[in-house]
Amino acid sequence: MDLFDLIGPVMIGPSSSHTAGAARIGLTARLLLNEDVTRAEIGFHGSFAKTYRGHGTDRAIVGGLMGMQVDDARLRDSLSLAKESGMDVTFDTVNIRGAHPNTVRLTLTGVSGKELTMEAASVGGGNIEIHKLNGLNVDFTGKEHTLIIHQKDAPGVIAAVTGALAGQEINIANMQVYRRKAGADAMMVLELDGAPEGYVLESLRHLKAVQNVTFLKRRPC
Amino acid sequence: MDFTLNEWVHMAGDGSIAQAAVKQQAEETGMTEEQVRSIMRSHLLCMQEAVQTGLDEKLRSVSGLSGGQAALFLKRMKEGKLLCGNLLGKAEVYAMATAECNACMGKIVAAPTAGACGILPGAILAMMEEKEVSVEEAVEALFVAAAVGQSIATQASISGAEGGCQAECGSAAAMAAAALTYLEGGSARQCVDAAAFAIMNLLGLVCDPVGGLVEVPCVYRNVGSAGVAFTSADMVLSGIRCPIAPDEVLLAMKEVGDALPSSLRETGDGGCAACPSVKALLKRNTMM
Repeated sequence: MDLFDLIGPVMIGPSSSHTAGAARIGLTARLLLNEDVTRAEIGFHGSFAKTYRGHGTDRAIVGGLMGMQVDDARLRDSLSLAKESGMDVTFDTVNIRGAHPNTVRLTLTGVSGKELTMEAASVGGGNIEIHKLNGLNVDFTGKEHTLIIHQKDAPGVIAAVTGALAGQEINIANMQVYRRKAGADAMMVLELDGAPEGYVLESLRHLKAVQNVTFLKRRPC
Repeated sequence: MDFTLNEWVHMAGDGSIAQAAVKQQAEETGMTEEQVRSIMRSHLLCMQEAVQTGLDEKLRSVSGLSGGQAALFLKRMKEGKLLCGNLLGKAEVYAMATAECNACMGKIVAAPTAGACGILPGAILAMMEEKEVSVEEAVEALFVAAAVGQSIATQASISGAEGGCQAECGSAAAMAAAALTYLEGGSARQCVDAAAFAIMNLLGLVCDPVGGLVEVPCVYRNVGSAGVAFTSADMVLSGIRCPIAPDEVLLAMKEVGDALPSSLRETGDGGCAACPSVKALLKRNTMM
C-alpha cells in the first residue's frame, strides 16, 4: 500500500467517501462526456441520499462535473459557480436495487447535445467504481489508463482494437466486454499499462462497427 | 509491498523507520528519495494551512454542527489556562482546528482518513512550535507515521465503516504516537510500542456519527485521541515496554472491529447518533 494513501490524499473535506469520491465521480463523468456539461440530473441513492447536503456530496459532484479535482477549494462554491456558468443542475433521491450504499446516477447533456448516463459508487478512501455506462453494466475505477470503446456487437472488433494496441506495444492489464444482446449495442473497457497516442485513438474511431472511443488517462493521485 | 510493525523495526535496523519508509516508497514508485520527501513536505505545508483555516472563529459547516470551536479552545490556551499545558494543549487545539477545517469543506490531508485528519498534524505541528522540531525532522516523523499506518491498514483497517472509530481515530493516534516517539529520540522498537499503546487505549471505539456527518463526535474525538498519542509516547520513552507484541494488538483491533454491530460502524444508527437529543439538534442545525 502506497504510503501516500496513509498520509494523503490532499482533499477538500469532510469525507473521503462522500466528498472526495463524489468529486472523482463527477470528474470522471465529465471526462467520459468529453465536453462541457450544460445539464445534469443527479440522483443520490442510499447513504448518499441521506447525507448528501451535510457532506457536500452535491457540491463535490457538481464541482467534478465542472472539471475540479478533489483538492480544489472551489468545490465548496460549485453550486453557485455552476449557476453562473449556466449549467442546469437538479438533485433527486433514487432507489437503485442492490446498489452500493454510496451510489449516484448521473444523466448528463453536453454543449453539443451529447448525452451520457452513468451509475457510480464511492467505495471508501476516495476510491470509486463505475457500474453502469449508457445503460450497460460495466466495472472500472478510472485509476488506471482506461480505454472505453462503444461498438456494435460484431465479429472482429475486439481483434482490431487489441491489434492496434499491440502495434503500439501497449500492454492490456485488464479487459471487459459487455453487450445488451447479440448483434446490438456493446462496450469494451480496457485498462492499459501505457497511454496510446492520439492518432491511434483516431484510427480506432474509424474501425468498422466502432461508434465511440473515449480514453481516460491514469489518475495522478 | 506491505509490512508488519515488526518488519518495519527489522528494516530500520540500526537506522530509523523513517529512513526505511522513504527508501521503500522511492523504490516502489521509481521516484528519488528527495522527490518522495518533497511530496511529504508539501503535505506538511497543507497541514499548516488547514490549522489556520480551522482557527477562524467565523468558520461554520454546512450543517451548522461545527466550526468556531477551535477558536474558543485557542483563546483559552493563549490565556495560559489549559489544564493540559502548552505542548499537549496546542496539539489538541490544532487537532480540533484541522478537524473543523475538514467539517467545513476546507482543504486537509487525510491522515489516515478525513474523519481522523486532526490528530497527526496536531501532534507534529505542536512539536515544531513548542519543541523546535525542524521541517526535515517533522517530515521524517510523518514517514514513521505512514509506515505504522500501512501496517494497521493491511492487518486491521483504517475505515470507520469497516472497523469503527478505533480504525480511524485509533489508527491516527497510533501513527502520531510513533511519530512523537521518533521525534523524542525513541528507537524503532519504541515507536511501534507507542503505536500499540495508543490502539490499546482506543480499542473498541465505535463510529457513531450524528446524522451520518463527519462532525459530532468526530471533531471531539480528534482532540482526545491527540492526548492518547502523547500519553502513549511518554510511557514508552519512560522505558515502559508494551507487554503484548504490537502486531498482535493490530490483529485484536481487527477482531474487535469485525465484532462491532453495523449500527456502530459509520451508519449513524447507534451510539451518539442514536441519542434522543440528536433529532432536535439536527432539526435546528441542518437542512436534512
